Amino acid sequence: MTWAKRIYIIASVFLLGVLGVTHSWAAAQEFPVPPPPFTEGIFPCSQCHASMETNRKKRELKEEHTKITMHHAETMRWCLDCHDAKNRDKLRLFNGELINFTESHRLCGECHGNLYRDWRAGIHGKRTGSFAGTGKRTYLLCAHCHDPHEPKFKKVIPEPPPFRPTDRRELK
Amino acid sequence: MIDKNFTRREFIRNLSVTALAGLSVPFLSSCTKEEAEDFLQKHFLEMTEEEKKQVISKLEQRYLEKYGRKFQISTKEALPETLWGYGLELSRCIGCRRCVYACAQENNNSRYARMLHWIRVLRLKRGNLINLENSEHYYTPETVPEKGFIYLPVQCQQCQNPPCVKACPIHATWQEPDGIVVVDYNWCIGCRYCIAACPYKGRVFNWSEPNLPKDEVNPDVHYLGNRPRMKCAVEKCTFCIQRVRQGRYPACVEICPTGSRKFGNLLDPKSEIRYIIERKRVFRLREDINTESKFYYFFES
Repeated sequence: MTWAKRIYIIASVFLLGVLGVTHSWAAAQEFPVPPPPFTEGIFPCSQCHASMETNRKKRELKEEHTKITMHHAETMRWCLDCHDAKNRDKLRLFNGELINFTESHRLCGECHGNLYRDWRAGIHGKRTGSFAGTGKRTYLLCAHCHDPHEPKFKKVIPEPPPFRPTDRRELK
Repeated sequence: MIDKNFTRREFIRNLSVTALAGLSVPFLSSCTKEEAEDFLQKHFLEMTEEEKKQVISKLEQRYLEKYGRKFQISTKEALPETLWGYGLELSRCIGCRRCVYACAQENNNSRYARMLHWIRVLRLKRGNLINLENSEHYYTPETVPEKGFIYLPVQCQQCQNPPCVKACPIHATWQEPDGIVVVDYNWCIGCRYCIAACPYKGRVFNWSEPNLPKDEVNPDVHYLGNRPRMKCAVEKCTFCIQRVRQGRYPACVEICPTGSRKFGNLLDPKSEIRYIIERKRVFRLREDINTESKFYYFFES
């Protein structure tokens, strides 16, 4: 092998590496999401589940996760449709791909395609921080607003109404 | 005396003496030197950089004394190639009024003995959207959203053809190059013509000395935006000018718990607001009166 060839090969390997790193960095930056909204101390799930036997039967959970109520097409869904049975720290797409909880929008998007399209454009959902420039930006995941097990919004207490001209309550 | 004919020379002499007396009133009368300086302060758009700096340092000193906090008063100018636009999704707004209070917090509005709000959330019967006359903004249910109602938050619509600016007799309010209508509170005389001219009730007036507690002050302010105001100044939403000129979302966008509020640059084809205008069913309030507002309401489609 001539020197020129060797240099060429080394250079191309180096360039490929650089491209790969920047690509993965760009992918991580595409949706800068905050940490998923876990109940404190519950993650990683494998800290309990690793020593447990997998029971695929659909049943009422009586010992653990009793606070989870399922109102999300519950007649045709069960925990292991979204959570992976073998690796409990991951979620599972239809095609079997395992994803992290920080990418859970991909799982939601498999059914809710039109909302996912809007979410990616920043229309559905919420973004905070900077929309331009170099400042920090945060895109909330679906699960930050919708409980994945019970996605419908709950009613909230409104803030007090504005001052009425005839109202004396604010005058001290 | 009356019959006496003035020569031209005498007339001019008398006139100049009168003018001098008039000019010296602020200095010789009972007001202090500081008040006299305020009285003679120039219009913001006519100030040189040097004069702006002087005014800023004077204001910072005054706020430090009044609120005990070091203020950062920005005079950052409009960014090139920007025209700000706002989007609000009506099918998602639940009328919780979080935006109203986050806005007051961010913009140093008067708090007690009349809290001033820049956002007004209207409640309308479902299917009755156009009749704004039948709206209610004092609603107080236990929980929201209520069945059979929709909520329509209204604030300054940042018109491209603003009636308030035309009504102002002294040019104390004007439109910035990035489309934001601002007020120079020091120049405003409090005549409230702009309030009468605004078809959206987007402006509010400080009838009394604003009441802002020291511990609730937001010290990151803009001269034309959220710096603490004085009595008899008209104020309004500026799309959080102090935030958007740094590329940050307005406070109401960040607080909204349902993500109904969207913001972006109308001149940038990749911005969120352009996505909404191109793909959603949008409308603007009172389009028929040709205010060309830059506040787009839209529905999920």
